[in-house]
Amino acid sequence: MSANSGSASSHGASRPDGWEAVIGLEIHVQLSTRTKMFCGCEVSFGDPPNTRVCPVCLGHPGVLPVTNEKAIEYATRIALALDCRIAERTIFHRKNYFYPDLPKGYQISQYDLPLGIGGHLDVEMEDGETVRVGITRVHLEEDAGKLVHAGGTTGRIDGADYSLVDFNRGGTPLVEIVSEPDISTPDQARAFLNQLRILVQHLGVSDVNMEEGSLRCDANVSIRRPGDPFGTKTELKNMNSFRFLHRGLEAEIERQVESLDSGERVVQETVHFDPATGMVSSLRSKEEAHDYRYFPEPDLPPVELDAAYVERVRSALPELPPARRARIIEQYGLPAKDAALLADNRPLGDYFEAVTASTGDARTAANWVLGDLSAYLNAAGVPATECPVSAEALAEMLGLVRDGTLSGKMAKEVFEAMASTGKGARTVVDEKGMGQISDAGELEAIVARIVEANPGPAEEFRQGRDRVLGFFVGQVMKETKGQANPQVVNELLREHLSDSGG
Amino acid sequence: MISREEVEHVARLARLHFSEEELARLQPELGQIIDYVHQLAELDLSGLEVTSHAVALKNVLRSDVPEASLTQEEATRNGPAVERGQFVVPRIG
Amino acid sequence: MSVDTTGLTAYRCRELLAGGEVSASELTRAYLDRVAAVDEAVGSFLLVDEAGALAAAAAVDAKPLAERLPWEGVPIGLKDIFCVTDMETTCASRILKGYVPPFDATVVAKLRAAGLIFLGKLNMDEFAMGSSTENSAFAITRNPWDLERVPGGSSGGSAACVAAGEAPWALGTDTGGSIRQPASLCGVVGLKPTYGAVSRYGVVAFASSLDQVGPLTRDVKDAAALLDLVAGRDPRDSTTIGLSEPAGRPERTDLEGLRFGVIKEFGGDAFDAGVSDVFASAVDGVAALGGVCEEVSLPSVERGIAAYYLIAPSEASANLARFDGVRYGHRVAASDDLYEMYVRTRSEGFGPEVKRRIMIGTYALSAGYYDAYYAQAQRTRTLIIKDFEQAFARYDFLISPTSPTPAFKIGERIDDPLTMYLSDLCTIPVNLAALPGISIPAGFAAGLPVGLQIIGPHFSERRMLEAAHALEQRLQVDTVPPLAEVTR
Repeated sequence: MSANSGSASSHGASRPDGWEAVIGLEIHVQLSTRTKMFCGCEVSFGDPPNTRVCPVCLGHPGVLPVTNEKAIEYATRIALALDCRIAERTIFHRKNYFYPDLPKGYQISQYDLPLGIGGHLDVEMEDGETVRVGITRVHLEEDAGKLVHAGGTTGRIDGADYSLVDFNRGGTPLVEIVSEPDISTPDQARAFLNQLRILVQHLGVSDVNMEEGSLRCDANVSIRRPGDPFGTKTELKNMNSFRFLHRGLEAEIERQVESLDSGERVVQETVHFDPATGMVSSLRSKEEAHDYRYFPEPDLPPVELDAAYVERVRSALPELPPARRARIIEQYGLPAKDAALLADNRPLGDYFEAVTASTGDARTAANWVLGDLSAYLNAAGVPATECPVSAEALAEMLGLVRDGTLSGKMAKEVFEAMASTGKGARTVVDEKGMGQISDAGELEAIVARIVEANPGPAEEFRQGRDRVLGFFVGQVMKETKGQANPQVVNELLREHLSDSGG
Repeated sequence: MISREEVEHVARLARLHFSEEELARLQPELGQIIDYVHQLAELDLSGLEVTSHAVALKNVLRSDVPEASLTQEEATRNGPAVERGQFVVPRIG
Repeated sequence: MSVDTTGLTAYRCRELLAGGEVSASELTRAYLDRVAAVDEAVGSFLLVDEAGALAAAAAVDAKPLAERLPWEGVPIGLKDIFCVTDMETTCASRILKGYVPPFDATVVAKLRAAGLIFLGKLNMDEFAMGSSTENSAFAITRNPWDLERVPGGSSGGSAACVAAGEAPWALGTDTGGSIRQPASLCGVVGLKPTYGAVSRYGVVAFASSLDQVGPLTRDVKDAAALLDLVAGRDPRDSTTIGLSEPAGRPERTDLEGLRFGVIKEFGGDAFDAGVSDVFASAVDGVAALGGVCEEVSLPSVERGIAAYYLIAPSEASANLARFDGVRYGHRVAASDDLYEMYVRTRSEGFGPEVKRRIMIGTYALSAGYYDAYYAQAQRTRTLIIKDFEQAFARYDFLISPTSPTPAFKIGERIDDPLTMYLSDLCTIPVNLAALPGISIPAGFAAGLPVGLQIIGPHFSERRMLEAAHALEQRLQVDTVPPLAEVTR
């Protein structure tokens, strides 16, 4: 396992053409608090426009913000999960600019005293390498409203005659997470964002869904020859899926490589990703570079989080994926890949552990949970917490397999029946007569008949062709509709095949 | 003293426009005021903290409990231009 | 029966109502009649809500006396900076013409709940920026003591209205002296409470770390009462603490055992001779009541104006960014694009003083200037706070003239912004230090009112009002201007 050590040193991922990309990500997580960051309007989606607003989040004259304590707690959770230091004293700042979705003409955000600083996230790549990405800061801010561009043909801002503003989303709490420029490839970026998403999901503070906008990601991109100082960076925006993040980064890196290779310079600018074409283009707008004129928000006193508070939040954190992964490997002896799958999906991991607690057999439980159960959940589109087959029910079923009542082969069918009817394993088995036939007496007759009916293969077996046993087993299974206990059948067959010799 | 370019730059930041006549008056006025306040730059206040908040309060927080919102009518009633419950703005261009 | 409102205090109104001598409707009618008689000349009001006031008064009259709250039925005027539900609120600016708030400011809600009758909205300098009320986009307010002169600002309408007997009392705001200075110029009482005593929710923001709401009244007792009606911690305003104890009803008539620091820097050649004389007499009055007066120097207060004219415009430039024509207020009739809409709306909607201050504030916060200007001003503020702390270690209260001059002529200073700013010399440092300050009438200079300012430590309102009351009783200054009724 190799970890890269920090922003200034080599990232160890040069391209074949000798260029090395330097990527930093700026992520926004929309918190799942009940109310907005600075007012009591409910956070809710899909409502008619401007029905989840009040004078405060509409920016009416004379209104004042009041900080949501849950948002502070959720942001602290995120910062702790990313191993950040929590600031003893954190304040809000006004970030001043004009835009229709920003009602006050400034956003209440954080500037030089953010809530969390100096953490990291270890990203496990598919090839087994671990990349440590530093986290520069974690801070709180309020979301802007929603702008819809109208009158044009594409719904995009160019060519629109006018725009419409809905402030329902305005004021929703956002946590901004800024990574160090420790990411070197689009693959790493995607993996980092995915790990971050899984981590935040575990904290229960956000839906972190890119398609719905509760997880947003912009990138800062530059390229250089390894060992050289950082090149000029551009800001890359408008990637609203993991796929687009990857494609956008690829496209922007290529664009910069082409520029530099052809002797041009990279200009510091904002670059826009177009999902329709997969291309990036600079936003050549009339606007000059923003001068945000930050100053401390006079309407909000500082927030001081003492050690007791931080400890309280920390101790209430659920077990996070990295720790869970390690514990599953150690406690249950599962391989890393399985452990990762179970750790990253919290309900699935919980399910697995519940089953194992009942049955005592982690390997079987893992196979089932990662196999048939996951297949079912994916097809049905539900999380493990909403599975019609509870962990106890699955454990019961596995018990039946273990004690021989149910054959492993039949178990699949039984599981499916349990999922669709909601009935317990025993009920399904009884109702459908799917019990495994383990009684030697019952099976003996069938075995004998089949051996007698197949003298050729029987002779081959006696001659030492062990593999032929499989043919006999198959015949017995066919006869018993798969319900015969394979171990018993095996034993009986060997007996009879040896017996009927000579 | 403040240059004409600076005045124009600041006006852009503040989304204000001044006619030639207005600028002719405004530039010296601003210059005079800025020169006056500039006296503070002479002071050695390096030992002092900034007073960024007027009251010695901290941790003024509210519970995450919903309060009533405005109706769409109330929210858009004062809007100079409203369409389908949303505020209309000219093309952003 | 027609009530003569001139000289009527709020407490007197309350007595008349409680004693059944006058009905709420009669009382409100009397004030409305007074407004009709003199406001064409004085120009205190931007909006008179005759129907609303009479309806509210009638509702009060429908209640038996025994069931009424103490102040129910007493009329009041509100500076047009307070958001009042369903009542146009303009801040004397074109950019808010037609804006009708869907909510009450917290202080308005409190007064409403207490049963006070809202007569209407009072004129002011646009967005509270000014010291003469000449920056109003809609009207000139004239000083009831001399109609050729300014009432002071920015709460000029509030002060003039009380002086002219158009309301028994009024609510204003004070950011750099905007209650105290007009009170001084109009010969009434004006109180700026400690920052954090009164909620700013629903009060259109000028400078967030300096603005405070306060009473303008005929006497100190009324000021204490109105303060108690509006003060208190507000969950909607994260910067409120409320008063440590109610101001109550001041009764004190002596100043025995109290030490007063006379601020050296608030005097001298820049001060009108008449003002200095009145002030000197008043200081003698303090001594006669048993108070000890000593000169005290607060050197940093001379930097107060510079610090203020960096901090206040900076905060204001951000507070006024919401006026962009999108959600309320004025919008330019036609524009090609958003940028043009913003620029033309704001340029049409804001007056010259407001634009000047937005420019200064934007400049002071802009890249490269923040530390030299805004941050340095905030350090200066710390210095001023320390000077006051040291002074209050030795003195119970500090006193000074409220303003270097009495009321100046309309038009005299409007073309010279910096000179206008310098007239706030005595009041500005009090806001910077978040302290309470009160101006009481102290006498006259060439027939024009002169006020005396008392400054107290944080949250000392009760004691400060007691001291102010004692001095007021001693000075016995006439607060009724010889304003002839103007009839048409």
